[in-house]
Amino acid sequence: MSSAPKTTQRTPFKRWCDENTGLFFLIPWILGFLIFKAYPFASSLVYSFTDLNFFKGISQYGVMNYVEIFTSRKTVSVLLTTVKYAFITVPLKLVFALFIAYILNFKIKFVNLFRTVYYIPSILGGSVAIAVLWRALFKDTGVVNTILGFFGIAGPDWLADKTWALFVICLLRVWQFGSAMVLFLAALKGVPADLYEAATIDGATKTRQFFSITIPMITPVIFYNLVTQIAQAFQEFNGPYIITQGGPRNATTLVSLLVYNYAFKSNEMGMACALAWVMFIAVALLTVIAFTSQKHWVYYAD
Amino acid sequence: MKLSTAHKIGRFFQYFVLILVGVIMIYPLVWMVGATFKSNAEIFSGIGFLTANPTLQGYIDAVTQNYGGDISIWRAFINTYSFVIPKVIFTVISSVIAAYGFSRFKFKGRDMLFGIMISTLFLPQVVLNVPQYLMYNSFGWINSPFYLPLWVPTLFATETYFVYQLVQFMRSIPHDLDEAAAIDGCGPVKILYKIIAPMLSPSLVACGLFQFMWSCNDYMGPLLYVQTPSKYPMSIFVKLSMDADSGFNWNRILALSLISIIPQLIVFFCAQDAFIDGISAGAVKG
Repeated sequence: MSSAPKTTQRTPFKRWCDENTGLFFLIPWILGFLIFKAYPFASSLVYSFTDLNFFKGISQYGVMNYVEIFTSRKTVSVLLTTVKYAFITVPLKLVFALFIAYILNFKIKFVNLFRTVYYIPSILGGSVAIAVLWRALFKDTGVVNTILGFFGIAGPDWLADKTWALFVICLLRVWQFGSAMVLFLAALKGVPADLYEAATIDGATKTRQFFSITIPMITPVIFYNLVTQIAQAFQEFNGPYIITQGGPRNATTLVSLLVYNYAFKSNEMGMACALAWVMFIAVALLTVIAFTSQKHWVYYAD
Repeated sequence: MKLSTAHKIGRFFQYFVLILVGVIMIYPLVWMVGATFKSNAEIFSGIGFLTANPTLQGYIDAVTQNYGGDISIWRAFINTYSFVIPKVIFTVISSVIAAYGFSRFKFKGRDMLFGIMISTLFLPQVVLNVPQYLMYNSFGWINSPFYLPLWVPTLFATETYFVYQLVQFMRSIPHDLDEAAAIDGCGPVKILYKIIAPMLSPSLVACGLFQFMWSCNDYMGPLLYVQTPSKYPMSIFVKLSMDADSGFNWNRILALSLISIIPQLIVFFCAQDAFIDGISAGAVKG
């Protein structure tokens, strides 16, 4: 029952509709983008130049929040802690993920079983339940210290110790290396076998092959993992909030947690926005650096 | 063919590392299961899984605790799924519609919109939190009995990660089928749900599964937008219980934590291939 096409009599409006059918499918996304992303994004920049308070509103405009962020010892140390957190977590996680994926890529029996075991923490790691478990493991009389006791080591009170607490928060993330590992494993499987055969004939050692063939061939996935893990690390909230509440003495207060405290504990929303923007710019810079450095070290086969 | 000694040592080393790391990875969870059956006095006295005197007291305490009748473990489960399920469904539907628009049509400005979509992948939620909170506050959505702030945005394909994933998957479906359908008189909407969606169903399932896991784990959303104890979802309920008695009642809080992740574990074990394929498929092309 389709009506006969009358191309000659189409109104300009109908023609426009035909040319832009795709746009109709994007209407929900465009609305969502404008309402829930673009507007909040822009207004958070505006608020960052105000002293917006949830109850008192705005009474002052200016760069005072940014001045405060870069001069106050508390905020500077939180920014540094966040950088430290990211620089410990991301490399450890990626090295672990690649190392295990590399071993799994040999013709290992039960490869699916191992993959599942390594992957479970990635699925559950963000949950409050695991944060609870982490507290039990790293309690002063917890499991980790009991194990260390077997070797005659008196473990610290991890979560109350200024230097170790951050490390425990980092470990929670490193423990979730499974998703990065799955990506590495898929990439390793994609490296053509004849490259290795040719290298073996030429007498290259396994180590040499790893650094001269494997690593270059999987750089796109290394790049992807690096960029996504950096973005995630700078946004870490659940770990510090649930396990340590940012303590002891702010040793595990990361930027997201401080933003939350400013915005929703002390109602200093302007300050919270400024801090979030500082973090955003830091992540954006790192991402831009990663993308522009791509042509020097990332190898795309096609 | 005889394996050389060096090769055998290599093999041994590979399995040794895999098993050692695997045990370290999984033992915390195994210990947790064991600990839920121990008495509080016993939990931290050793690191073993088994106990000589198993007790169900932890579980009994976990399921009976109800903070003055306002919230119990069952209530918390119902609360969680009452926003997680709509969130999953709406995310999948809205994302597939947006992905269809991006991947199957050419129109002016498409590449620009696509670029915007990709850049929102890198937009940290923490930058948006304050204005979103103020906006939902002005809508009267804070503490909404229907959890509006937690799922309404997903109607609008705001979970960009899934849109991006589905665009990648959709590009790998050949155009011949939709062209044939178009010749047979199928409109674009019909092509989407008769042809594209069925062919994409494994990816749609994967997206739904990931969104399910992430939404169940989500802590900050409920923390900001749910304030009545009787409406608390599982994530907040577990945190609340932990704060209430992590000093002494460890078997109760560990039992509660374990129960809280059982549905996720079941979903994971039923669909683990979908998870692992889902994570491998989208990223590699980048």
